[in-house]
Amino acid sequence: MNLEACALVLLGGFFGGISRFFVSGFVGRRIGETFPWGTLIVNVSGAFVIGILAGLARSRGGIFSGEMFRDLVFVGLLGGYTTVSSFCLQTLNLALDGEGLQAALNAILSASLCIAAVGAGFAAAVRLLV
Amino acid sequence: MRLYLAVGCGAAIGSLLRFLSGVIVSGMGLSALWATSFVNVVGSFVIGLFAALTAPDGRLLVGPAGRQFVMGGICGGFTTFSAMSLDTFILLLQGDIPLAVLYLVLVIAFSLVAAWVGHILAMHLNE
Repeated sequence: MNLEACALVLLGGFFGGISRFFVSGFVGRRIGETFPWGTLIVNVSGAFVIGILAGLARSRGGIFSGEMFRDLVFVGLLGGYTTVSSFCLQTLNLALDGEGLQAALNAILSASLCIAAVGAGFAAAVRLLV
Repeated sequence: MRLYLAVGCGAAIGSLLRFLSGVIVSGMGLSALWATSFVNVVGSFVIGLFAALTAPDGRLLVGPAGRQFVMGGICGGFTTFSAMSLDTFILLLQGDIPLAVLYLVLVIAFSLVAAWVGHILAMHLNE
């Protein structure tokens, strides 16, 4: 750990958080706030991008597997962009409002779509570069 | 604009705290899976607690920017769905399907329970 790594994480986290606020707000205004589509789309899109970058790190290496790139983009930007806490709060609120089915649907969709998105991004990055 | 800055600054701090948690956990000789589990469960507890404490009928009076700073910012930046998904995918890629499923299901379940426990604790504090 060093100061440079901390600065990269801070910078990435700042823009990641702002991007999440923008995307989840935009989706919420467009589709409505009853079901937390905004957070779902944030997490799935972040998972897709991390899949692409992990695929590039493996198949191409170079900058993608470097420590600075990891701290800025993987830990900072994408870590700050995606969120488990808002997902949990929104799922809890659905459950407390008596919408147990929607709460369960949100949890199942978030988990399965995010894993599928990582896999799709990873496969795309590895395939396109072979 | 003020809300964007509140979220951005909170997320920068949350992300740094997550990074430092990772450094400490790996210093203890534990796998990175533990670090991601820890931040997600703790961040979910804090958001459940803080959301109910600062709700309109809550004990703490915090404005919209303050709520966004802590909830959307610090908690949002501290927790991560992308690293958790990548961890799970790498376990699947390595053929360790039971551990992948166990990890994902347990972290999500414990995070949900943590948010709920935070919520209940805040309801008691609000009384």
